Amino acid sequence: MRAPLSWLREFVDLPESVDEIRAALDDLGLVVEGIEHVGEGLEDVVVARVDEIHPIDGADRIRRIVVDAGDGPLEIVCGAWNFQVGEHVPLAPVGAVLPGDFAIARRSMRGVVSNGMLCSARELRLSDEHEGLLVLDGMIEPHAGERLMDALGIEADVVFDLSIEGNRPDAWSIAGVARDLAARFGRSLREPELATPNPESSSAAVAGGAIEAPDLCGRLTVSVLRHVRVGASPTWVANRLERAGMRPISNVVDASNLVMLELGQPTHPYDADKVAGRTLRVRRARPGESLVTLDGVTRPLAMPGRGLGDTGEDCVITDGDDQVLGLAGIMGGATSEISDSTTEVLVEAAYFDPMTIARSSKRHGLRSEASNRFERGVDPELALRAVARFVAVLRASVPDLEWVGAPLDLRGDVPTPSTVTVRRDDVERSLGTALPQSAVITNLVALGFDVVETATNDLVVTAPSSRPDIRSGAAGRADVIEEIARVWGYSRLTRHTPTWPQPGGMTDRQQLRRRVRSIVVDAGTYEAWTPTLGGESSFELTHEGSTPVRITNPLAQEESILRPTMITGLVAAWGRNVERGFLDLRLSEIGVVFTHPDDTDRARWTRGGAGGTVDLRLPLENERLTVVLGHRDDDATSAVVLWSMVANRLGLADVVVRPANELGEGLHPTRGATLVDRASGAIVGVVGEVDPHVIESLTGHQGRRLGLLDLDLDVLADTDLVKRRSALAVVPSRYPSAVIDLAFVTPQAVHAADLGHDLASASPLVESVDLFDVYHGATLAPGTRSLAYTIRLGATDRTLSDTEVASVRETLIAVGAGHGAVLR
Amino acid sequence: MNEPDDQITTITTEALAVLAAVSSLEELDERVATIVGKRSAFAAVQKSFGSLDPEERRTMGARLQEARRSVEDAVESRREQLRSIERAAMLETDRLDLGDVVVATRNWSVTPGHAGLVGSTQAQLEDVFVAMGFTVAEGPEVESDWYNFEALNIPPAHPARGMWDTFYVDLGDPETVVLRTHTSPTQVHLMEAAVAADSLPIHSVAPGRCYRRDTPDARHLAAFHQIEGLVVDRGITFADLAGTIETFTRAYFGPDIESRLRPAFFPFTEPSAEFEITCTICRGQGCRTCSNTGWIELGGCGMIDPAVFEAVGIDPDVWSGFAFGFGIDRCAQMRHELSDMRALVENDVRFLGQFA
Repeated sequence: MRAPLSWLREFVDLPESVDEIRAALDDLGLVVEGIEHVGEGLEDVVVARVDEIHPIDGADRIRRIVVDAGDGPLEIVCGAWNFQVGEHVPLAPVGAVLPGDFAIARRSMRGVVSNGMLCSARELRLSDEHEGLLVLDGMIEPHAGERLMDALGIEADVVFDLSIEGNRPDAWSIAGVARDLAARFGRSLREPELATPNPESSSAAVAGGAIEAPDLCGRLTVSVLRHVRVGASPTWVANRLERAGMRPISNVVDASNLVMLELGQPTHPYDADKVAGRTLRVRRARPGESLVTLDGVTRPLAMPGRGLGDTGEDCVITDGDDQVLGLAGIMGGATSEISDSTTEVLVEAAYFDPMTIARSSKRHGLRSEASNRFERGVDPELALRAVARFVAVLRASVPDLEWVGAPLDLRGDVPTPSTVTVRRDDVERSLGTALPQSAVITNLVALGFDVVETATNDLVVTAPSSRPDIRSGAAGRADVIEEIARVWGYSRLTRHTPTWPQPGGMTDRQQLRRRVRSIVVDAGTYEAWTPTLGGESSFELTHEGSTPVRITNPLAQEESILRPTMITGLVAAWGRNVERGFLDLRLSEIGVVFTHPDDTDRARWTRGGAGGTVDLRLPLENERLTVVLGHRDDDATSAVVLWSMVANRLGLADVVVRPANELGEGLHPTRGATLVDRASGAIVGVVGEVDPHVIESLTGHQGRRLGLLDLDLDVLADTDLVKRRSALAVVPSRYPSAVIDLAFVTPQAVHAADLGHDLASASPLVESVDLFDVYHGATLAPGTRSLAYTIRLGATDRTLSDTEVASVRETLIAVGAGHGAVLR
Repeated sequence: MNEPDDQITTITTEALAVLAAVSSLEELDERVATIVGKRSAFAAVQKSFGSLDPEERRTMGARLQEARRSVEDAVESRREQLRSIERAAMLETDRLDLGDVVVATRNWSVTPGHAGLVGSTQAQLEDVFVAMGFTVAEGPEVESDWYNFEALNIPPAHPARGMWDTFYVDLGDPETVVLRTHTSPTQVHLMEAAVAADSLPIHSVAPGRCYRRDTPDARHLAAFHQIEGLVVDRGITFADLAGTIETFTRAYFGPDIESRLRPAFFPFTEPSAEFEITCTICRGQGCRTCSNTGWIELGGCGMIDPAVFEAVGIDPDVWSGFAFGFGIDRCAQMRHELSDMRALVENDVRFLGQFA
């Protein structure tokens, strides 16, 4: 909201210092987002009369102009052509500083000395016009030598651009801001000039009104204004509107807008002759009705909307024939608009139910200055005061205006202002600061609250009708305490850092995530952040046949589906870096991927619907670590190496690489494996390569292999599913170990890890088993390969004898035989 | 009339026969011009139509076009077929038993890695709060309207919803499932859980990713990260809130950075405040970043609104609390004077490699 300081000063005496006022506004929560200094830079600009125009030799764009600005002839070089001898234009003399810190100096062009600058409207920041100079003749009666600001009637001013919070409809007006400032500075608030209705006449005799939906319309006042002459507003009205950011239109519309800006009450003027029966009624729109709004759009009414709980209710104003004139509180219709020939005006000043206005405005995509105010809650007691101000303002241009007596004033349901008891220690209990009771009372009274102090020093506080944000009960107490704190000043409140006996810390899950992250980063990956929202084609690439989780209102089709995997995002990121010439890059990401509730038995149930009363099924959110290894010589085996680092650093007891084909979801069909906890069978993730088709589709690269490790952190974090190595320490034997190598010709179907595991558990004398060679060769039987293990044997209490070693060796060979493996 | 007709039939049959004999994608690419393209019999026949009268030329032209299109379709389906045959063959050659990888014999080229800026910033923030006695909590990214809005005292269609541009997820009734617009729903989950487990008090921070339907620019991304703080305990006051913010600010940004609170509106806190800190660029002297005020806005905070306590079943006469929230990305932006937030999601190695 734009609040001119001169306007605020009409309501309250304020300090001279703009900085001090700004600080007070900020501290009151009426945050100053910008300050405009009106007239700044125009102080030195004067009106000059053009006396002579001469060409300059060798120049076809600029001319030599002789002007008189009251001190005799002055030569100026000027590039504009839109003026003639005898006309008046603004002159910025040498030494003037124009808006934007543009200092005017004496310059010489083509040998001609220019003693200043003739200005366009834009150079003076008066408008956007820059097609030539601002020619003053016709606008005003200019006199050479006069200060431009005096000639144009511009008064220096400061305009604050304020951000008014949604819970402060009362502050969304000049009077409201002034009230807060008055409370802060301990000043009194002045009343604006108000008109009174003519006691001799009677509105009821000439106009009608009715509230047919009292729940939607809490108050309807209808005033009749006679002897109206539509024309331009006086300068002071036009200036105020412009400073506040509105365009002047005509005296009637301007008076309505001025009152809205000043007091916060929207009013709607109708041409009385165009309103059937001079009657305004308020009711619900009926299905099938429609309205052509002032913006020329035909709008069907009472159509249920998409929003939660939106039944399609519209509140409308109708005339004596029950025809719809406008969407109440949002926008009027074209039929009853004020025109130049209007002589009698009906003024509607009303209170509408905020939620009804909010829903209608959202559903119709219609926002207006009026709807913005009504949906936040206008003071229901303000209506006739606003009309009184409206009439006073309009009288400035229509002196014999008559406000017909006893305006119609009808009541529907209006919220009752809350009354809250603030107990003696409530303020201190909430704020942690004890405030003097007298200051609390003074501040609340200054804000318009009614305060009664009980015998026990409790305060019974009743909110003014302008404060619909003040609730009742415990919530209302918090609201009142905020008001107390606000006027007192947040910065004056005590600060205290609390402590508590419970320790802080992170969960095992969070620590695991950090650990995994640091392991893969330490191993040489760059941590990426790829988009959560992707497109149809990238979804189909890895999850054809699955159900996408879609966004109803995406910004772009390419950002309309919640990612089912991070592989595509990482491969695309890798591809973009390769395109830029960075050919070796390993990328990792820890993040959430989504599965449609129809596609999983792990869907999440939650509370939803209006009031949280409905059980709602939401997508599975699965946290994963995905690593794409894209160094030039990386492939599936690199991914296995990385996995072994991760598994070892995490201390996993027995998760094995189990080759599996056609795993899908972006994995290479013949170079992939699942990572399985042998005891529980839980799948911790997959390892392998990215499907070449995915790489080619996303990056255009053929023949580049990308190693892939994709871990399910939900599973990995579950220590029941994925066993960790025992925490108990094993002291290595002091006696020498025996090391034997055994190579088994093993059927391809037998996993090396399974055989290794069984060898390791074959005897308590086995210390360790490590695969050190895999040999495929023509000499071996088809469908087999040789697996060579280094096996360390030992005991804690002795050196093993040859016999013992030989015996264990036999046992190990027998274990191999159990798998169909034959010693080579 | 009959003669060109037969001719079309013949060349079509021949073309399909040649096509069937093509055995690789490479060969197909080589031969497609002679099967149906510029150097094909179809092109030759079309040229010969020049001698026909206009009526006949039209009829035969249409016939030829039709035949040619059928061959073109056959080429495409053959291409698909060959593609899948070649893929199958390639996959077969590629086949690798990952169970047989002997890790000890593989080289792992050692190159430095780099943690992401957002993740590292989040960890630093968590560490500060953990040291102050907070636990770390988390919540889901897809939320119901209830958790994201209504339980936080933001009823449906309430104008306050305009504070958040919301992505809706296509599940359930329209506009009942959202991508969370802030981490505040985690507050509700935490309080509900604590009430159910009878485990109050709560002293937690909840970091996480949020979404707003906002076209990305240098200052905003549609996805961003927030950290939320929640304290519910006996006797917690606004002074505790201000003190916590101040301690955090000094711990994270440095001892010469101060914080201040000013009134603001959030439906889920009352009294509410925005908190600002000394501008980290100019150290309070006034610069472009802080619009010459010496302060920059970091986040919002306030005392838990009694309406929120009511929604989760906590007795406001026994318990009180505060909440705060601010942007993790924004902290990173301020600390590193990041001029364009979009660099965070572009994953350019030259950017990623700058952070430890």
